[in-house]
Amino acid sequence: MKLTKDQVRLGRDKVKHVAKLANLPLTPEEEEKYSEQLSKILDYIDQLNSVDTKGVEPTFNVSGLSNVMRKDESLASLTQEEALQNPSQKQEGFFVTKRVIGEENG
Amino acid sequence: MKYEPVIGLEVHVELNTKSKMFCRCSADYFGKEPNTHTCPVCLGLPGALPYINEQAINDCIKIGLALGCTISEKSLFERKNYFYPDLPKGYQISQYRWPLCVGGKITLDSGEVIRINRAHQEEDTGKLTHKDGVTLIDFNRSGVPLVEIVTEPDFTNVEQIRDYAKKLQQLFRYLGVSNADMERGDMRLEANISVRPVGQKELPPYRVELKNINSFRFMVAAVEYEIKRQITAIEKGEKLSQETRGWDEDKKCTYLQRSKEEAHDYRYFPEPDLPELILEHKKIQQIKNSLPELPWIKSGRYKKELNIRVEDAVRVTESIGMSQFFENAVEHGKDHGINPQDIVNYIINKKPDIETVLPTQIIEEIKGKAIGVVGDVGELKKLAKQAIKDNPKAVEDYKKGKEAALQVLIGAIMRLSAGKAEVGKVKQILAKLLLEKDGDQYA
Repeated sequence: MKLTKDQVRLGRDKVKHVAKLANLPLTPEEEEKYSEQLSKILDYIDQLNSVDTKGVEPTFNVSGLSNVMRKDESLASLTQEEALQNPSQKQEGFFVTKRVIGEENG
Repeated sequence: MKYEPVIGLEVHVELNTKSKMFCRCSADYFGKEPNTHTCPVCLGLPGALPYINEQAINDCIKIGLALGCTISEKSLFERKNYFYPDLPKGYQISQYRWPLCVGGKITLDSGEVIRINRAHQEEDTGKLTHKDGVTLIDFNRSGVPLVEIVTEPDFTNVEQIRDYAKKLQQLFRYLGVSNADMERGDMRLEANISVRPVGQKELPPYRVELKNINSFRFMVAAVEYEIKRQITAIEKGEKLSQETRGWDEDKKCTYLQRSKEEAHDYRYFPEPDLPELILEHKKIQQIKNSLPELPWIKSGRYKKELNIRVEDAVRVTESIGMSQFFENAVEHGKDHGINPQDIVNYIINKKPDIETVLPTQIIEEIKGKAIGVVGDVGELKKLAKQAIKDNPKAVEDYKKGKEAALQVLIGAIMRLSAGKAEVGKVKQILAKLLLEKDGDQYA
């Protein structure tokens, strides 16, 4: 079912923005399609709002665990050859990507 | 109208743990072959799961406690999402709404107080090298534990920044949590700067972030430049905006890296792969009890107990090593009627190398001064040659690189001179003699 304009929760602009943040190239057709699909997902999730959650702490982790930590010990790492098995480009032991200049250590 | 800068600082410090923040790769990455300290976790491979390094958490808490922060009862990691090749997962595991430590302060030498907003735990990124039209990536640094300390916008000049950075560096070394070497990138500074008319209480409606400036000297230059640039712009009636700027050392100016329109939207959310941290009072108390005496407490105590000038007390508490040397000398000095101020004066004037000179030696020397110290180079050279002849083993060890062997020779000379030889000169003469390779020289 096609959504009317009022029902579109996540417009093309938002989709474009999110796609850019996620580094995903989308065609105009895809932007349209995802705008509809994502809006429907938001509506679906909205059903949760009908539940009264007053006084309920948000749950971020369902394991019920806390303080899962390890001792500070180092073990052998992958070899350089193993680490560099996957990239399409490598050079002198480095991963290679197209030149980027900008912010580091965000 | 007169304007004043409003500056806040963010300091990143790499912890010197054995392993990384969320995996067991060695965190000792500096100068190592690229991509030899990685695993599926710090390479961001699918299915890999993070596992928290407890030592890093303890170190972050130590820093927080030393800065007078409140340690959160509950703390969570969050994902900070952004795309950049130094970040293999597409997000950095950091902290946002539930940092480990909140609300502390540090008092500068001037007496001014800088409020600490927070100290939180995160992970470092990989290292990028830009070369021949491509970018090379080394993930050895990826996932090394990093603590970020954020101040309130309490700085108004570069002297305060200098003192603050120095105090933090000293603190990290006292706590033993980092070598805090700026040249190596163990400690990195970012500044948020804006200017406002003197007397105005509200913060300006914009701020300029100075980032990726890898030396302290450059940061100071960039801050000074930026203050002038912003005041000039305001006086010309220009509107300043939120942006990120870097420092061009060749042109000696800051330059635009990113404007507000491109500002990041990090979409933080709690890291679902890491259960929360619950920090019990008992554990925090244990860590608190394990803290060394902090430099500013120590210098206050020296001033009070030993009756030395406050600026001198600051000098002899620069490092834990120096303060131990000083305390040992004071203790030994008591038996010989040498007072702490004499020892401080000696340390400041003669700058003894505390790695090779013993505290007892400087007491001997200070005492010797009163009864005629031997400072004559010819006389000392004779004694040094004798000591070298008498101690072939020490000479051999020294030549093999055992610096400590020099102590044996210095000790011998002190004995030969009945404790009257001037240690500083003795050391110079010895080092010179030992450099001369031919054994016959000693005859």
